[in-house]
Amino acid sequence: MKHLDVAAIKDGSVIDHIDSKSTLKVAEILNIQNEEQIVLVGMNLTSKFLGKKGIIKIEGKIIDQKEANKIALIAPNATVNIIKDYEVVKKFKIVIPEIIEGIVKCFNPNCVSNYNNIKARQHVVNKNPIKLQCHYCERIMSAKDIVLI
Amino acid sequence: MNFKQRDIISIRHFNKEELLYILDLAKRMEQMEYTDILKGKVLALLFFEPSTRTRLSFESAMKRLGGMVIGFAEPGVTSVAKGESLSDSVKIIEGYCDIIVLRHYLEGSAQLAADVVKTPVINAGDGANQHPTQTFLDLYTIQKTKGTLEGLTIGFLGDLKYGRTVHSLAYALAYFGAEMYFVSPPSLRMPGDFMEALKDRKVKCHENESLMGISKRLDVIYCTRIQKERFADPVEFEKVRGIYRLSKAVLEEFGIKNDLKVLHPLPRVDEMDDSLDATDFAVYFHQARNGVPIRKALLAAVLGAIE
Repeated sequence: MKHLDVAAIKDGSVIDHIDSKSTLKVAEILNIQNEEQIVLVGMNLTSKFLGKKGIIKIEGKIIDQKEANKIALIAPNATVNIIKDYEVVKKFKIVIPEIIEGIVKCFNPNCVSNYNNIKARQHVVNKNPIKLQCHYCERIMSAKDIVLI
Repeated sequence: MNFKQRDIISIRHFNKEELLYILDLAKRMEQMEYTDILKGKVLALLFFEPSTRTRLSFESAMKRLGGMVIGFAEPGVTSVAKGESLSDSVKIIEGYCDIIVLRHYLEGSAQLAADVVKTPVINAGDGANQHPTQTFLDLYTIQKTKGTLEGLTIGFLGDLKYGRTVHSLAYALAYFGAEMYFVSPPSLRMPGDFMEALKDRKVKCHENESLMGISKRLDVIYCTRIQKERFADPVEFEKVRGIYRLSKAVLEEFGIKNDLKVLHPLPRVDEMDDSLDATDFAVYFHQARNGVPIRKALLAAVLGAIE
């Protein structure tokens, strides 16, 4: 019988194949501290693909597109499994969209998007490693510059 | 080539053929000093930051083409002082004009304006980001004084961190196989992402702290003012104030090509000595005058008055 490092959930979402070091950031994106049902977080689990991986299981929650886009920036290899009655009913790899809107704060303090209630907007110019170009001020951000809104 | 109703926001939005098209158009515009091809058209000049050359050359260009000009040079006398957002301001003003020229201290402001109005928007400088019409006139000046834009060796000197004219010009010159030397104190070096963009485009780039040892290779020196107004910390400004002072004697001492040309977007403070003015090296006053034909070309092309 297969041994599970992190217990199964009945209904909800499982975010798997997170780069281990990014696990807590993904947890932050998903705002797990405010979840009322079971949340399981695993780090440094063995992975054939990543060596070590992180996994987050959230009972009763279906990941939405905006959350998936945010996760994609932090953990581009992550996969999402939607669980119903202990069975995987949907499985998909998170994909980085071409344009990111309202998710990442422009790192340029003089950018107009940081004023006047303007929705931040970036064009994804490179997916791996991630590089985002601000639609407004044209500055290019890499992973180290990314601050999520 | 279709420039009709097109926004002029960033030099990154233009390819080499489009740059050359506007330079050719400027040459034609220089031949016809006054026309009425923009008769009945209204240009709104919205200057949220001080400017002399850019604002007046746009005004001169529009009037020489038979058009009219409205606008302001001091935001303190507008509804902005009451807290109106930039988006709202431009949405209101688009109803009063056919084209908007905007200068604003926030980077990306011209793109924001272009996104919210149907009227074409020309960026006349957005913070430390871009100043595309200055780049067109810089290219025009280099082309006229050097006879070509191809394969030149250009030295950029001064404030390369906040110098938007440098950012735009370096990007444009990449199309013409230029080799570039970026000369600045360490605290005012070209932003890393600009350097990366140039290297991605296979530009030969060098970073130096002095013209010593490189001046003999340069066809053009593009000198810029160290912009006190861009420094958050006055102590940091004091560390670099007056660090470069180009003069006839300095150039002769360093060794230069006889046909070197010195450009400067002006205004200058103390980075360039008056002793250069009367030499054949100095083309900066000529450069400022080139603002008129370039802006005539852009206004006429964007308003669809010429092809």
